[in-house]
Amino acid sequence: MKSKKYLFLIILSTLVLLSSTKKELPELRIPSYKIKLSDYGFFEGKLSEQIPSSGVVPYALNAPLFSDYAYKLRFVSFPEAAAVIFNPDSVFQFPIGTALIKTFFYYQDERNVKKGRRLVETRVLLHEEKGWVALPYVWDDLQTEAYLEVAGATTQVTWRDHHGDKQTSDYLVPNMNQCKACHERNGVMTPIGPSARQLNGDFVYQDKPENQLQRWSQLNKLKVMPDDLQTLPKMANYEVSTNELDARARAYLDANCAHCHNISGPAQSSGLFLDWNIKDSTAYGFYKTPVAAGRGSGNLSYDIVPGKPNESILLYRMESLDPGVMMPELGRHRSHVEGIKLIKDWIKAMP
Amino acid sequence: MKKIAWSFYILIFGCVQLFSQASLEKQIQTQMILAEDGSVIELQSGLIHLTKSLSMEGKKNITIKGMGIDKTILSFKNQSEGAEGIKITNCEHITLEDMTVQDSNGDLIKTMHVNGITMRRVKAEWTGKPSKNNGSYALYPVLCDNVLIDSCIAIGASDAGIYVGQSKNIVVKNCTAYHNVAGIEIENSLYAEVHHNTATNNTGGILIFDLPDLVQKKGGYVRVYDNLVKENNLKNFAPKGNIVGKVPKGTGVLVLATNHVEILSNQILNNKTSGVGIISYFMTENKIKDKDYYPYPSGIYIHDNNFERKHRRVPFAGRFAKIYWFKLKFGRDVPHIVYDGIVDKESLDADGNVKPENRICIRNNTNQSVGNMDAEHGFKNVSRDAKPFDCALNMIYMR
Repeated sequence: MKSKKYLFLIILSTLVLLSSTKKELPELRIPSYKIKLSDYGFFEGKLSEQIPSSGVVPYALNAPLFSDYAYKLRFVSFPEAAAVIFNPDSVFQFPIGTALIKTFFYYQDERNVKKGRRLVETRVLLHEEKGWVALPYVWDDLQTEAYLEVAGATTQVTWRDHHGDKQTSDYLVPNMNQCKACHERNGVMTPIGPSARQLNGDFVYQDKPENQLQRWSQLNKLKVMPDDLQTLPKMANYEVSTNELDARARAYLDANCAHCHNISGPAQSSGLFLDWNIKDSTAYGFYKTPVAAGRGSGNLSYDIVPGKPNESILLYRMESLDPGVMMPELGRHRSHVEGIKLIKDWIKAMP
Repeated sequence: MKKIAWSFYILIFGCVQLFSQASLEKQIQTQMILAEDGSVIELQSGLIHLTKSLSMEGKKNITIKGMGIDKTILSFKNQSEGAEGIKITNCEHITLEDMTVQDSNGDLIKTMHVNGITMRRVKAEWTGKPSKNNGSYALYPVLCDNVLIDSCIAIGASDAGIYVGQSKNIVVKNCTAYHNVAGIEIENSLYAEVHHNTATNNTGGILIFDLPDLVQKKGGYVRVYDNLVKENNLKNFAPKGNIVGKVPKGTGVLVLATNHVEILSNQILNNKTSGVGIISYFMTENKIKDKDYYPYPSGIYIHDNNFERKHRRVPFAGRFAKIYWFKLKFGRDVPHIVYDGIVDKESLDADGNVKPENRICIRNNTNQSVGNMDAEHGFKNVSRDAKPFDCALNMIYMR
């Protein structure tokens, strides 16, 4: 009899609590933006196959950002009328109406990609009249659709790596503000990746490899480009071990750090600038003392100590998984083993 | 049966609580993303657990308001994403008030590129004992304009409790800072008024610093008045590498390489190493490669303060203390005001005297005593002569 009374109490109070929490659940989507990824028409056929529609061009970067071993598919959707304005040093100036689309995914098994993949997030950067806006779309479990989630999400992902070991990670889909935490120059939302030095490389379109800049130019989507591609900067692919060590390391730091650590980026208050073209060695970290690093300093005195990776704060923060210490601050739950080895080798090799 | 029913109840209740916390977290974050300019975000009372940084970006005229200190408590103890508790970037006229923020991974409240940031009646703390594992800054406006920090409390920062860096037009008043390495720190910042605060039981009470290699190079025009700077004798628990890790425990006020600083009518009591220290960047023994950096403090005016200190030796800890013991040999009679004596040759006039506007002036303090360390000549001519500092400066603060 007594237990029945308790059961009743439990059910009642649970119902009360559930109904009260339900009321608090906020509206998480912005009506003025498309709720579903499919609404844009970027892709044709089955959405998860990510086959670009006409006017949407896939691309790749020479030195991509590490995001917890996620693979990425990148596309640009050009507006019909206008073209991209070329400049040699920084991210291209994309016309209003451009969309940059990036889908993050994991292969079930990196040793056999035919076993399929799990799409996690598609991030859409839209260039509107009022500027760029970043919209995170989260894929559903059935892989049929991705939905806008302005407040972001955390999704668990599992895969088998190239050794065949099972890996599990919490994958963070950033909220709209966190998108800007990286995509910012002087407070203005901006793309990070597609610059001449990142796009100056081959991409396999349907049948054959072709230089991406040349392709964009032939499509009449890139204006005023030098005829000779050799004269253009080209970022090294840091994953190719035959490339020169210094070029690989600088490409790695540019791609993984400099989106924040540049003079007009969110980490400008640190005074550490890791862009590919920084000449000032202190600003680049050599014997530079930390500012506001707190326990991120790891009891070390300088960002980079030539020849001494274990005394370099830069490496300490790359290796850490503690959110109060690690770099980058966001979107990393794992150590990038290969990246750490590269930077370690690079510092060790310095005179 | 009764027992089972109760554990079942607790289980369900626990799950619902967790669920409700998660949805509450998402709700607050969503409000901060979608808030229309001019709106007020009200936070309910109670302990709110957060697992990710809360961020706000690109907004104008927003107030985030709790129900009061220790009534609305945002706890980041279980934080798994992001370094800051609250991060506000690229905004105008933002007010945070009436709340407690606790235990984030990195900084508790960081605001960057905000024109008009007010923090009022905000307690920012790391709970538990002071620890090097605590985050760096409790209240942390950086690269901001028009900063007001009023009636706030900062506790347990492994760098500085209230830290305003690379900013302009700053008021820090009516605040309390304790159990931090630095209680209140103004760094590479221009036009700051620090008044009616209590800095006690930190390693250093109030620090005014200019450091090299930063975006905003030069700070200055800082006025520190009517503060209680008392018993800042806490062991330095900053992680090494950070400049504040070099501050000796027992430091009341420290001016490092900043120009145009006025320190007046403060109560500076029982800080075991020094009441006020005035030093150049050379004392840090770090290399200087920044050509635009000016490492000398100049135009410093210390007057009408009350100094009290027990008659005792400085604590024997850290490099600074060793200087006190082996070089300065003040014994138990340590002066309240200590100057490193490293002079910029460029600031001398034809007769070899420091130009009036660059002088260090000390006068009319209760229990005034001055020590010139003569660090420039290896501490050879340590002097207690206050006469060279007997002058007044006409301090002008443009705001």
